[in-house]
Amino acid sequence: MKKFAALIKTLDTTNKTSLKVEALTNYFKEAPEKDKVWTIAILSHRRPPRPVNTTLMRNWASELAEIPLWLFEESYHIVGDLAETIALVIPPAEESSEKSLNQFLQEIIELKSRSEEEKKDYLLENWLALNYYERFVFTKLITGSFRIGVSQKLMTRALSRATDIDEDILAYKMMGNWNPSETSFSSLILEENEEDYLSKPYPFYLAYALEGDVEDLGDVSQWSAEHKWDGIRSQVIVRNDELFVWSRGEELVTDKYPEFQEFVGTIPNGTVLDAEILSYPNGQIGTFNDLQTRIGRKNISKNLLKKNPVILKAYDILEWKGKDIRNHPFAERRKILELLYAEVSSEDFPLHLSEKISFQSWAEVAEERERAREEKSEGLMLKRLDSPYLVGRKKGDWWKWKVDPLTVDAVLTYAMRGHGRRSNLFTDYTFGLWDEEKKELVTFAKAYSGLTDAEFRKLDNWIKKNTLERFGPVRSVTPHHVFEIAFEGIAESKRHKSGVATRFPRMVRWRTDKNIHEANTLEELKALIPK
Amino acid sequence: MEKPLLVFDDKGIYCAIADVYLDPWKPVDKAIISPGHADHSRWGHKKYITHHTNIPIIKHRLGDIEVSGKEWNESFTINGVKFSLHPAGHIIGSSQIRVEYKGEVWVFSGDYKDENDGVAVPYEPVKCHTFITECTFGLPAFKWQAQEEVFEEINAWWRQNKEDGRTSVLFGYSLGKAQRLLKHLDASIGKIYTHGAIENMTEVLRSQLKFPKTTRITREVKKEEIKGNIVIAPPSAHGTTWIKKMTPYVTASASGWMIFRGARRRRAIDRGFVLSDHCDWQGLLKSIKATEASKIICTHGYTDIFSRFLCEQGYDARTVATQYEGEMGELETKNETEI
Repeated sequence: MKKFAALIKTLDTTNKTSLKVEALTNYFKEAPEKDKVWTIAILSHRRPPRPVNTTLMRNWASELAEIPLWLFEESYHIVGDLAETIALVIPPAEESSEKSLNQFLQEIIELKSRSEEEKKDYLLENWLALNYYERFVFTKLITGSFRIGVSQKLMTRALSRATDIDEDILAYKMMGNWNPSETSFSSLILEENEEDYLSKPYPFYLAYALEGDVEDLGDVSQWSAEHKWDGIRSQVIVRNDELFVWSRGEELVTDKYPEFQEFVGTIPNGTVLDAEILSYPNGQIGTFNDLQTRIGRKNISKNLLKKNPVILKAYDILEWKGKDIRNHPFAERRKILELLYAEVSSEDFPLHLSEKISFQSWAEVAEERERAREEKSEGLMLKRLDSPYLVGRKKGDWWKWKVDPLTVDAVLTYAMRGHGRRSNLFTDYTFGLWDEEKKELVTFAKAYSGLTDAEFRKLDNWIKKNTLERFGPVRSVTPHHVFEIAFEGIAESKRHKSGVATRFPRMVRWRTDKNIHEANTLEELKALIPK
Repeated sequence: MEKPLLVFDDKGIYCAIADVYLDPWKPVDKAIISPGHADHSRWGHKKYITHHTNIPIIKHRLGDIEVSGKEWNESFTINGVKFSLHPAGHIIGSSQIRVEYKGEVWVFSGDYKDENDGVAVPYEPVKCHTFITECTFGLPAFKWQAQEEVFEEINAWWRQNKEDGRTSVLFGYSLGKAQRLLKHLDASIGKIYTHGAIENMTEVLRSQLKFPKTTRITREVKKEEIKGNIVIAPPSAHGTTWIKKMTPYVTASASGWMIFRGARRRRAIDRGFVLSDHCDWQGLLKSIKATEASKIICTHGYTDIFSRFLCEQGYDARTVATQYEGEMGELETKNETEI
């Protein structure tokens, strides 16, 4: 644990990528084998399930710190991170622990089935046996994901340097559903293991947003265009008469979409598709909101399946007849996909093809982009015809060209302190629009992003001076500031007080030139909902 | 009911009987000043009274003012009200102000810390009935390490940077923090360079205390000679073109706020050293207890939370809004406090 905590501290105390990679590389060269496996697991967000709920942890920590619970809670809202708050408020360590990272994690896994009393004893004993940083790391392992400015990409680069194995191969090996308790470093990283590959997806190729002029992409005949669907990006694997559905977050979600079981026996073994899961109520593409009713559910009832079915909109094929064809040009892969689709498609078969747009000029492509909302897409995807399927986010061959967002002017009504690098700053805001009589502001969206650090600081200061009421961590503020809020999509919603759900709302401009009576009304927002 | 001995009005903390203000934020006739920082000692008063070691500081900041200096514990009477200054341990010349009238004693803490930093005269608790306290770091999350440990880390950091061929840029307030850093840096590691603002203030204080040799960074100073050495700069120098001269460099900040990972990450500083000139949570509680006061007035910092806790502990505690900033200025730059 000492080594791992020291690694996290080093990663945490530099802003320079090169130093982070260097620290990780050294760690991967020196750390015990099992600790390395756990480090890979943790940095790729595969921590064990949470063994203790955080309410209990807050109680125990405030007890150990000899402070009332409300004071612990207030401190937490200001510190902005639970593990950090706990590590700070409890008294300094009385002894030092020599347990390894692996040992701690095995204990944390076993802790889940223990009694509450045993859990408490375990936490208190260990909190008092670890110094500040180790204690922070230990608590983080229990409470949540490690977000310390180390992406999986960065970790892969370090691992590659430590092992001399190619980055892309490592990325592939680390994908999927491996269990860090049962996996050794050599079987995960060093050895070649055929049967492990049965369920393994390929790393996703991600596109950047097009920023410049689309004409700058050059000869239009070298490009392919299709709509950019607003669902769940996924990889669907049929191998050995088994189906695996992976989400972009590398989560295996096969069980959530029983519709796709039909693929087994129809789509040949040794096929991997890159596709979008879309909701498809009443035989047409639904909204992301519809899809949301499927994402969260563990048990999919027959009724839900009927009311809110999904389809798979395929746009690429990565494996065909058991062969990795990611290096083939996109045009060729697309041809294979079209042939496959022609072969298997039938009415009500939940596999659809993402239609190719035909065009002669960039102007025609731009025209099609304007139709995106009609098509219920977010815009277009532009792909070079000769592009291979790359690993991770790369510039050049693929671009997403989204439609311009919708915007309204709304009034800041509530604020809450942020987390992480925004701790102790009011950066999480709620916005309201006027009701019909322009008398009352109705909450319609929350937004956290889009302002510069300087703007956040300015607003934070204003909020502290213009608080009307406090509701725990939330403060209501004097309606005064107007912001232009942009969002990608809009739909009716019964779950929201305003009756409207917006997709990915964010601040695009602080409208210091407007007073609150110039903000939009809810009515005007509703007029934006596509009919 | 009788009027309290000290009241808070729109100009500052006011003693009506003596017609004197303590640390006023608007121009008044007579002001008693606790520390030399800008939020406590402002421009425009007709007459200043402060500890004599604070005089060079406020003269440097405010120019030619009419000021009289006092010794520690030296009492002076204005219209029957007895005043005296007592060490606050915050920075050189910072004092607590004791006010006594007809057996009733109030103490205004100004900014203070209970750790002896080797620069300021150490804090001494003063018994009183009503204690007006700051609580900049009035949350249990604030817990300082002993400064020996912090300076060991700072010197080790500098040594390592030098080995790696990088310049160490360390941010700290020009008045107070910078001199505390200078006093405890291990000058055997290398040369100490300073930003102009820090050099000027240190120059003022050299008459009172011994500091290691420093070199002001001017146009004439060559890039190559700075390499591997340490540069002390005010927080506002971070992210300016001035700092480019130190390339390749690593940055660190010495402030109580650095206890929060988020605060450091937000400012994009490589390393944070938790070093404050204010009390931590336990320091505040211990100091308050030592005053034996039953009435506590919390001025700046996490006042609401801190006073609620004090009330639960049996104190008669309340909060008052003032224009003091505590160590806030080290976290965010000054001009951002306006909107």
